[in-house]
Amino acid sequence: MSDLVVDVRDLTRRFGSFVAVDRVSFQIPRGTIFGFLGPNGAGKSTTIRMLLGILPVSEGEGRVLGFDIRTSSEEIRARVGYMSQRFSLYEDLTVLENLHFFGGVFGLSGARLDQKVRDLVEMTRLEGFEQQLAQGLPGGIRQRLALAASLLHDPEIVFLDEPTGAVDPALRRYFWERIAELSASGRTVMVTSHYMDEVERCHDICFIHHGRILAQGSPGLLKSRHLPGEMWQVRTPVRAEVAAHLSRVPGVSGAFPSGEMVRYLLDPGFDPAAPAAALSASGLTCSAPEPAEPTLEDVFVALSRKRGAS
Amino acid sequence: MADEAVRVRGLRKRYAGGVEALRGLDLCVQTAQVYGVVGPDGAGKTTLMKVLAGVVSFQAEEARVLGRPVPEGLSEVRHHIGYLPQRFSLYGDLTVEENLDFYAALYPPDPEGRRTKQELLEMIGLDPFRDRMAADLSGGMKQKLALLCNLVHRPSLLLMDEPTVGVDPVSRREFWTLVFELQRGGLTVLASTPYMDEAEQFDRVALLSEGRLLREGTPEEIRASVPGVVLELGCEQPFQAARCLEGTQGIQDVQLFGDRLHLFAAQDAPGLRQALEERLGQAGLRIQRLRVVPFSIEDVFLRLTA
Repeated sequence: MSDLVVDVRDLTRRFGSFVAVDRVSFQIPRGTIFGFLGPNGAGKSTTIRMLLGILPVSEGEGRVLGFDIRTSSEEIRARVGYMSQRFSLYEDLTVLENLHFFGGVFGLSGARLDQKVRDLVEMTRLEGFEQQLAQGLPGGIRQRLALAASLLHDPEIVFLDEPTGAVDPALRRYFWERIAELSASGRTVMVTSHYMDEVERCHDICFIHHGRILAQGSPGLLKSRHLPGEMWQVRTPVRAEVAAHLSRVPGVSGAFPSGEMVRYLLDPGFDPAAPAAALSASGLTCSAPEPAEPTLEDVFVALSRKRGAS
Repeated sequence: MADEAVRVRGLRKRYAGGVEALRGLDLCVQTAQVYGVVGPDGAGKTTLMKVLAGVVSFQAEEARVLGRPVPEGLSEVRHHIGYLPQRFSLYGDLTVEENLDFYAALYPPDPEGRRTKQELLEMIGLDPFRDRMAADLSGGMKQKLALLCNLVHRPSLLLMDEPTVGVDPVSRREFWTLVFELQRGGLTVLASTPYMDEAEQFDRVALLSEGRLLREGTPEEIRASVPGVVLELGCEQPFQAARCLEGTQGIQDVQLFGDRLHLFAAQDAPGLRQALEERLGQAGLRIQRLRVVPFSIEDVFLRLTA
């Protein structure tokens, strides 16, 4: 088998006249943590559902683990893990019963299933919750259960669609350690997230907007190539006011409070002294502007605005 | 007290199954504050919102919303409160505009106090989508519409339970920009969030854990509330470096922050930096950058709960 776990060319999906995914091509080598980013409605989940063979392809082609996504959805689904945004648990079953049920769906049974469930309960820190009904479990615990359920059959690739959505900061780190471990053990992970800090840990990132890929590469490459200008920041106690004021300065975009700072993008060719002068003329209390290190969130915001925010 | 939008003392909640969600909570939100509630899963954030919205029973020495005792006085002020639970129900088979009409009909008619549909739709750029079915909206737009449905009746207090979960970074900024604008018009907001960057922008923050208050104050006060220093370390392979540095003498904890590490230490002791360099060097890793950075709320959260 080739070392490309996912290989799609010109993948397209239409709903009536609406093109949800528009000639998308990418490859994911084995062991990669592949981040799939984009605004809400960009086509991320639609693409993942096509890769799983759940949703028919309108045009283009693709292979997952060597299987054709148009004709071999059963073979694919038996070999991949999938954690969706809204994981369907059986509310009237306990945590353990849910895991045993999903294990059975994947053809596991007996001692092997018991062992696997024990391992995953430990890995996803579900100890203490085993006998609780899924009904009423806090959001983060449900997410952990969903992650465990997606790994029961030792999949070679897992598709994680916003696995850390409602998860607290400590647990988000824990999730990403598990993702790194999966990758280190040769498993491939395709993940979507709206937390731009955690996706810094992806090996490769694909940014999709209005169904099209706008940028692809490592986090470092995205920050160096896809930010149309320079990031600057000022320290101020009146962040909302300073951000609003900066937004009216020519050449400044995306001014937004971040911690004790306001960060903004200065378009190429504009004088960094202009925002500073505008601020000092405003009478608002703030420090002199200083260059800031770009983040993936800066790249995300810039790329989202490139073709009009959704 | 007219200046207090929310006041609870000794708030307790035990669910039928025996789970103690709140274990004696004191909290006060002043009028026109944006007040944030953060904490690990199961800390009691959602239960707190439900108590204040009057949808679950509880015990407390005192619990007031907009000056009225909860739950018996809530009916007098209910039309001044907006409540956006984690799964706010929009009608998927109604359009954006029809959803707004539906929620407007739930409140007593008050032609002068009402916001018009046009006004609401323009607030957050949903105007072009007014005829779209709610089910066909993206996640970010759904949350914006949910917010608008809770603004029709011009509430003075808005309770929001993790309103930006699943919302992309740009929509999230638009969402909060609108909330802060409404605040300048006098709106009080009590919101929970898993995003610590949002918490940094709130007027005050309560950090809850296991139904109790761990910290409460302005973001500045929260950041200053734990002793020690944070060293930010940049290197090529942060994940491997984190593994390698665990258990280093003088380092209390190692956490990944994006593409860098945050090392928690009692102090930036002499020799510590060299020890880090040597330890990483033995593993073939090189430090690109090492400096003391101020605590963030996320640092505090991790120090106190992880």
